[in-house]
Amino acid sequence: MPQEFVRSLNDLDFSKRTPLSYRLHIDVPLLLLIAILCLAGLVILFSASGGNEAMVERQAIHMGVGFVVMVVVAQFDPRFYTHWGFLAYIAGVGMLIAVLFMGTEGKGATRWLDLPGLPAFQPSEILKLAVPIMLSWYLTRYHLPPRFKHIAISFVFLAIPFVLILKQPDLGTSLLIAISGIFVIFLAGMSWALILGLVALVLMLAPALWIFVMREYQKQRVLTFLNPESDRFGSGWNIIQSKTAIGSGGLEGKGYMLGTQAQLDFLPESHTDFIVAVLAEEMGYIGVVVLIVLYLAITSRGLMIAARARESFGRLLAGSLILTFFIYVFVNIGMVSGILPVVGVPLPLVSYGGTSIVTLMAGFGLLMSISTHRKL
Amino acid sequence: MAETQSIKDRAGEKSLFFGRMLFAVFVIFLLVGALLARMFYLQIVQHDVYATLSTENRVQVEPLNPTRGLIYDRNGVLLAENVPSHNLQLVLERVKNLDDTLATIRAILPISDYEEDRFRTRIERKRRPYEPVVLKENLSEEEISRVAVNRFFLTGVEINATLSRRYPFGSSFAHVVGYVGKINETEMKANDPTQYAGTYHIGKTGVEKTYERDLLGTPGSQLIETNAQGRVLRVLEKNMPTPGIDLTLYLDSELQLLAESLMTDTRGAVVAMDPKTGGILAMVSTPGFDPNAFVTGISNDDYAVLRDSRDVPFLNRATRGLYPPASTIKPFLALGALAAKATTWNYKVPDPGFYILPTDETIKKRDWKEGGHANFVDLMDAIIESCDTYFYDLAFRMKLEAMHDSLEKFGFGMNTTLDVGNMRTGINPSRDWKKARHGFSWFAGDSVNLGIGQGYILVNPVQMAVATTTLVNNGEWIVPKLVDTASAPIRSALNDNIPESLKLPKSDWDKMKRAMRDVLHSSKGTARGTGYGSKFLMAGKTGTAQTFSLGADEVYEAADIDERLRDHGWFTGFAPYEDPSIVVTVFMENGEHGSAMAPIARQMFESWILRGDKR
Repeated sequence: MPQEFVRSLNDLDFSKRTPLSYRLHIDVPLLLLIAILCLAGLVILFSASGGNEAMVERQAIHMGVGFVVMVVVAQFDPRFYTHWGFLAYIAGVGMLIAVLFMGTEGKGATRWLDLPGLPAFQPSEILKLAVPIMLSWYLTRYHLPPRFKHIAISFVFLAIPFVLILKQPDLGTSLLIAISGIFVIFLAGMSWALILGLVALVLMLAPALWIFVMREYQKQRVLTFLNPESDRFGSGWNIIQSKTAIGSGGLEGKGYMLGTQAQLDFLPESHTDFIVAVLAEEMGYIGVVVLIVLYLAITSRGLMIAARARESFGRLLAGSLILTFFIYVFVNIGMVSGILPVVGVPLPLVSYGGTSIVTLMAGFGLLMSISTHRKL
Repeated sequence: MAETQSIKDRAGEKSLFFGRMLFAVFVIFLLVGALLARMFYLQIVQHDVYATLSTENRVQVEPLNPTRGLIYDRNGVLLAENVPSHNLQLVLERVKNLDDTLATIRAILPISDYEEDRFRTRIERKRRPYEPVVLKENLSEEEISRVAVNRFFLTGVEINATLSRRYPFGSSFAHVVGYVGKINETEMKANDPTQYAGTYHIGKTGVEKTYERDLLGTPGSQLIETNAQGRVLRVLEKNMPTPGIDLTLYLDSELQLLAESLMTDTRGAVVAMDPKTGGILAMVSTPGFDPNAFVTGISNDDYAVLRDSRDVPFLNRATRGLYPPASTIKPFLALGALAAKATTWNYKVPDPGFYILPTDETIKKRDWKEGGHANFVDLMDAIIESCDTYFYDLAFRMKLEAMHDSLEKFGFGMNTTLDVGNMRTGINPSRDWKKARHGFSWFAGDSVNLGIGQGYILVNPVQMAVATTTLVNNGEWIVPKLVDTASAPIRSALNDNIPESLKLPKSDWDKMKRAMRDVLHSSKGTARGTGYGSKFLMAGKTGTAQTFSLGADEVYEAADIDERLRDHGWFTGFAPYEDPSIVVTVFMENGEHGSAMAPIARQMFESWILRGDKR
């Protein structure tokens, strides 16, 4: 009864007090922060691409599409996604299996699915969102904290796309998808004892993973990470050059468009995965701190949305999405600065790339949906 | 499942979630702290290290090698020039797989094992980043185009046009001009590396070595900005190199080529000098070798053939071949004896065909002429007929010290030339020398042997020519030299080892020259046939040196022991007699007799003198 009462009060307020942004299902602080990050990303990309206007233009279009997707996604009530998440998960896994048989190869990996009548895309992108949605939905069907059985089933849900993407092979994406699922399970309240047990298990399985699962190039990346000097002109080149770019930037940087490492092609992948090195070289430590603060602000806003979500599903989903977003940032900057192995993770909204931006924006759309559908 | 939903503990779920969130926030702050600390470490703490790395990455100093100075003969004929040469080189930093690339190249061009071995050695050496390594030199036009067509498959392979040293006359000037070759490890350590930053060659012998510092020039440099592929984006700064100094030698290529042809298939040397300037007009040592082979690097097999040849083509017999001077020493000893008052022009020696040492009757020395030259022989005849008995007696009375000193005044036992490098100075014996070298005292018999240019004395053909020049100039020293003029002041360290002059009245010099003229023109002269029909008068002295055994560096081979045991032939002389314009010394190993050398000298004289003003 009191619930009914509250809802009727809210319904009364709806037309008068609710701000326009709420009715449009837009979270203004998040929107502003994302807009600033996108603009900063375009500015950095312009320099990182060596003043390539066409590239910046394409990236702006990606972002525009991303914004549209974000706003559209935000219009639906989170409950809507509880149903579609499961379907998306099934479809995504089906397409991953299809990739194994009819995928398009590129750079030594089979990741793309080129279905007739559709633009080529990576099914793994769908799962970046489908996995957390699916797991949030599955776990919130029961009491929280989840029981062991449900956690075990969740890990099976997680393991299927993880293994399929790992086989492509795409270690970075498979790990990040696994992490997004693990965040859901963690936030749902998996017991610390279980967490510790799982960590111990992983540590024990790691040698087996090294021997039986990891591909030669993946092993090489880890080895290079551990000792970049070992192959100065081969795989160690990237790390050495990016560290040189970052270090030579100093406090204030060499100036916009004046980074010699990036502008003279010493820095590999300067417009995609290693773009933060361009910022560090040209804008210095100050630029890096500003960027990290910006990411921290978005993360904070995301966490706030998660905390204020109407129900557990929204909390878990929002929490998982925003923590995964932060992990993207951490892994990217960590690998470029040489504290993590190079796993091929783009810097969110700054690295050049179409699909990753659209997926990210769809994720923010989900956050906005959760943020603006708080009232029952 | 809807009923499960309704009985959920909303508050409990929320607080559980907040607990987990708090933990997540804590971890986030840890991770952000780690990133900021890492960036701080790289950008602030280690900034200097990486700033240097970045600058080195981007900016490279590239040497600009100077063009090596040219070498001309007295008439402007090029003896050493620089010709464009195309080399195939690899930038290892850009080559993805060296073995694959080499296989691709081998399919296009023939690469010899020698070239590949040399390349493998070179890549082990210390290099600047992106410094190319040469694989094959002197590509032909066809080879260049074949590489160009396949360029797409040859990342990191480039063709570089450089200037390569070339000696247009091949073997003719091999010993005197010398040659340049690849800088070896020893030379690399001995020289200033910045001087040789872009140069891979260094003068190894001859003028190329003596004047290395001047011929080399000073390298320039350019500061270039490159991208990661090593492609030069722009030149930031450029210091042009100073080209090497061009040298004009006294050498006359016509005389040099003539001398070489006259000495075909012999082992010997010819040295010609201008007595007025001291300039060396010709310096030939036979057999020769092609110096061009050393510029690009000679293969071990080819080198071994030259090195192991028993004719020793690498030996510059003009400067490093040491032989007993035999009778050619007589004019110089006689002039020394006149100065030491050990003899006069009127003093006569009985000549029964042998000489018995007055202090030791067991020592009996033969004259080369059985039965002797005459009952009594004076100095003039002793020179003309090359009487040994006279000079045994002269040596005995003159004593070692006076002989040693007077021979030194003609430059024996030392290098008196300005710029003929790497000379073996031979032996002008003394008591101390013998004691130190052989552990015995000097005996009177040794002096007597020295009197006829045998025994311990050893000279090289250049020394003989220099001594003859000094005789022509009445004992006045004129510094012997190869280089006449240079396009800029010379900086190379040159020799200035000039002995004291022998002081004698002009009449003594004139008489000696007259005696030497009669060697060629009188009926008694040892080379009397040579002067016949000549358009000008010549003067000279023959010598026939006994060979007691094969040289230490030669292999005993029974098949041609006879040929190798024959006497060495000498001739040294000048022309025209009245106003000498050329001195010629001819030496031939196992040439049998000095008189056989005189016709060679005559042809040299004629080539020079009859050309007149055209030379």
